[in-house]
Amino acid sequence: MTITSLPSSDGHELTIVIAGRFDFGAHQEFRNAYERVSSTPKSYVIDLKDTTYLDSSALGMLLLLRDHAGGDSAQIRLLNCKPDVRKILAISNFEQLFQIA
Amino acid sequence: MPERLSILIAEDSAADRMLLSTIVSRQGHRVLTASNGLEALALFEQERPQLVLMDALMPVMDGFEAARRIKQLAGEALVPIIFLTSLSEGEALVRCLEAGGDDFLAKPYNRIILEAKIKAMDRLRRLQDTVLQQRDLIAKHNEHLLNEQRVAKAVFDKVAHSGCLNAPNIRYLQSPYAVFNGDLLLAAYKPSGGMHVLLGDFTGHGLPAAIGAMPLAEVFYGMTAKGYGLTDILRELNAKLRHILPRGVFCCAALLNVSFQRQEVEVWNGGLPDGYLLRRDGPRTALVSRHLPLGVLEPAAFNDSCEVYPLALGDRIFLLSDGVLEACNAQQELFGEARLLQVLDANPAAAQLLYQIQQALHDFSGQQQDDVSLVEVSLVEERQLNRPPLAFADSGQSHLLDWSASFEFRGETLRHFNPLPFLLQLLLEVQGLRPQGGALYTVLAELYSNALEHGVLGLDSQLKQDAEGFAEYYRQRSARLLQLREGYVRFHLQLLPEGGGGRLVITVEDSGKGFDAQALILREMRLDGLSGRGLALIRQLSERCRGSADGQGISVEFSWSPDA
Repeated sequence: MTITSLPSSDGHELTIVIAGRFDFGAHQEFRNAYERVSSTPKSYVIDLKDTTYLDSSALGMLLLLRDHAGGDSAQIRLLNCKPDVRKILAISNFEQLFQIA
Repeated sequence: MPERLSILIAEDSAADRMLLSTIVSRQGHRVLTASNGLEALALFEQERPQLVLMDALMPVMDGFEAARRIKQLAGEALVPIIFLTSLSEGEALVRCLEAGGDDFLAKPYNRIILEAKIKAMDRLRRLQDTVLQQRDLIAKHNEHLLNEQRVAKAVFDKVAHSGCLNAPNIRYLQSPYAVFNGDLLLAAYKPSGGMHVLLGDFTGHGLPAAIGAMPLAEVFYGMTAKGYGLTDILRELNAKLRHILPRGVFCCAALLNVSFQRQEVEVWNGGLPDGYLLRRDGPRTALVSRHLPLGVLEPAAFNDSCEVYPLALGDRIFLLSDGVLEACNAQQELFGEARLLQVLDANPAAAQLLYQIQQALHDFSGQQQDDVSLVEVSLVEERQLNRPPLAFADSGQSHLLDWSASFEFRGETLRHFNPLPFLLQLLLEVQGLRPQGGALYTVLAELYSNALEHGVLGLDSQLKQDAEGFAEYYRQRSARLLQLREGYVRFHLQLLPEGGGGRLVITVEDSGKGFDAQALILREMRLDGLSGRGLALIRQLSERCRGSADGQGISVEFSWSPDA
């Protein structure tokens, strides 16, 4: 599992790319990805195109990011979800909290 | 500054012994000397030196044998042995190492090399020491943790299993320490008959996952016993978990409200995989997660809307935790929904279903799964359940025998508030009524839903003729309740002493169009199928039941004799 964070050139958006398994083992790295950035992004993109698996701990981590990004006013998009990942997000009805594509 | 060590020198040549002793003590170490293997062994037992310099060839007992025995005595601790040897052929050096030697030093002795080797061996020795200490510490911690888990589990079992998981219509399968995987299964009889069932799955593993289970169980059992409905319980569970759990920890859960008398089940699923309603004859219905898990949303944003399905005798409701779908085999494939549906397609009998799923999981993954929770609840005749009498926390010594009270609940209140627990608590302060508590709960619940649904909301129970109409009925119920601005339901409670015992008269009126209750009661008694069993039930459970003169309400009576 590797997590990369890429701020946009104007610093308004932060893209976090998660490759491999997104589970409890990613906890610290995922937090670092959005806490250790110099700018304060207005929106976040979680790119899941190379994410093979996502468990409920990962859902918890997404909720933490949502809180960090302003709770109900947070702008977070989850992009490129594979069917398995999308299914897990759907079971938990996370589309009520995140934009999922 | 390196630690001062005790170093044993075993060497049969007095000159070499002297030379070595000098070098080693100049390095600041304590020196013990022996002139053969046997002496060395005796000194080792007595003084336990930390390092040994051992000549290979000595009289009485040679260095190889002495090394073997010293290693045996030392046990797990590393006592490095450096062989002193003039042997140079490879085979002899191999023998030194095989006997347990850690290194060797060739004659003639070089002071600098000897010093360096002692230092290097001391590093190894201390590393081994640290490893052993840490291993023991970890073992101790682990034992401590397991012990704590045992105690925690014992306490937890008292709370969690205080319900009715042993009821004859419930089958379940859960590993003994599932709670430490965050899984939780609860079931409780409702005072009005029927039961509530909860299957929950907290995020994470271990203690953090188990920690929310206690408050969850307390709220579930406490509120069920007091007669609260599923939506009230759901709101409270969500609010409580949201309040106490750290962000990022939540509970995927499904709740069931099974009514044996009305032959219905109310379902709420937030975050668990699809459950299934398995009909005795007919297609299965997926019970889909339509909500965020418990503990995620603020109380104000929480959605408590449930789905209601009609049931027939022998129908079953099956719930599972995601551990089932995510069970993994050696190729890292997941068990998945398709394999589960294959088992369901074979339509195993009630007693077989859970076993067959377990078997399929085992065949698939080749091992026991420890985070799998499965539960199957069947609709049976209520009398098959042998439910225990209602339990009361107090001794019920109060003598509230001669009083009356009236309540009117109006539009806004009816939308959000369930007055039943409140009324039931009040009535069960009356000692003589307690043995009939179950019947009283049921009758009040039926009177209230009759007044609210047919009277205030104007719903037609004829709709519930078939499964589609059934769903439509509950759709209309939610829609109309949401828009409710006016209307009322009134309860008049009248308690009278009577021949040493007493009598309770309950009259329920509503703001509906009114009806000929007497005729309705007669007609309802003839109705079968999916439509209102309510009034028939009321009539059956109460001592007397009649429509009030103006057609706006129904009166029921309960009485008890002094010895009750």
